[in-house]
Amino acid sequence: MALSRFVAGAALGAVAAVLLHPGDAGAHGFAGDRFFPATILTDDPFVADEMSLPTLTRPPTGPDGAQEIDLDVDISKRITPDIDITLGQGWKYLQPKGSPAATGLSGLQTGAQYQLFVNAPHEALGLLGLNVTWAHTGRVAALGAPDFTTLSPTFDFGKGFGDLPQSLPYLRPFAVTGNLSFDFPTKTESAGTPNPNNFNYGFAFEYSLPYLQCCVKDIGLRPPFSQMIPLVEVAFTTPVNRITPGVTTTGTIQPGIIWSGSYYQIGAEAILPVNKLSGHGVGGLVQFHIYLDDLFPHSIGKPISEWF
Amino acid sequence: MRKIIMAALAAYIALIATVAMAQAHAFLDHASPAVGSAVPTAPAAVTLWFTQDLEPAFSSVTVTDQAGQRVDLGNVQIPQGAPAELQVGLRPLAAGTYTVSWHVVSVDTHPTQGTFTFQVGGG
Repeated sequence: MALSRFVAGAALGAVAAVLLHPGDAGAHGFAGDRFFPATILTDDPFVADEMSLPTLTRPPTGPDGAQEIDLDVDISKRITPDIDITLGQGWKYLQPKGSPAATGLSGLQTGAQYQLFVNAPHEALGLLGLNVTWAHTGRVAALGAPDFTTLSPTFDFGKGFGDLPQSLPYLRPFAVTGNLSFDFPTKTESAGTPNPNNFNYGFAFEYSLPYLQCCVKDIGLRPPFSQMIPLVEVAFTTPVNRITPGVTTTGTIQPGIIWSGSYYQIGAEAILPVNKLSGHGVGGLVQFHIYLDDLFPHSIGKPISEWF
Repeated sequence: MRKIIMAALAAYIALIATVAMAQAHAFLDHASPAVGSAVPTAPAAVTLWFTQDLEPAFSSVTVTDQAGQRVDLGNVQIPQGAPAELQVGLRPLAAGTYTVSWHVVSVDTHPTQGTFTFQVGGG
């Protein structure tokens, strides 16, 4: 109950921050007229100079009854206009059912990404990446951080529907982004439990009120409402080999909203498990995400190749 | 420990607040004629208001009719004293649907673009 109050308070704080600082519309992930916000669950289909600090998550109660709070930081930095690297680390509070709570780091993640294509007329984006979750970079025994490294090649994509006919005006603000990835663990088992190859797939379905206002019809929305992007994100993981009996697809469905300002965005989502194996009850998260290229356009916000 | 965390948090917020005085991407705030609107009489100009100041040398707007023919006068300007505003004059317009296409660069060199239509008369 205390954890729920904590996250509810954080969510209220995020909403208050938006309402008290309406600001201007703005920032990254562009394809033609379309601005794609940085989604929370679904990896972004664009290279960027951005940072999520923090992402505060209270997942649904675990299938074993464990309660958890995660505090994460992620950063993306462009090396060239088409290549970036990513870095992510988390801190976890875990309260197993009937056992003492444990805290600590949950594992380092790094990545390298290449912008495969940007199609402006069709508002389409494609990105290839290789993500790595590193062994022994978190508390293995107490928090379940991995004792093995996992390589995950990924393809991320985005598509806006602004190219629909003018006769379908109110469908044109829709957009979808998604990622498809495959996990290759470097150890086939840990402490007697198999580490399967997993297929990961996730999507974000967005309705962009900024797009509606700028490119379809000015319906009179003003900040902060004209800067909001309601969305539903879904993500699933399916083991494809070395499957532990009883273990199937897990995932979450996350309805929420992202408010995008000139220099940062704030997102909040509910977290609904798709089955008992994914947990039970409703979780939630809030994220504060800053656009480094808007905050520092002449220094660290530029690709490193343009520094000299 | 708590004091250190609070101090770090305060420094982070102060940093964001300080550097947020910089410029960012320029987005269309509103337009005249309004995006997607129908106006009874032909306007003499299209005016766009953006969320950031614009770089005049790299900011443009065109207006075309349903046949794709330019109907603007090509006299794009950023009015003095209104660095976030872009204007272009129009030829006399007949009833119909017109497309406004803009490409702008904010003063910190971030480019953005957009397209919308408006209707004159009964269309």
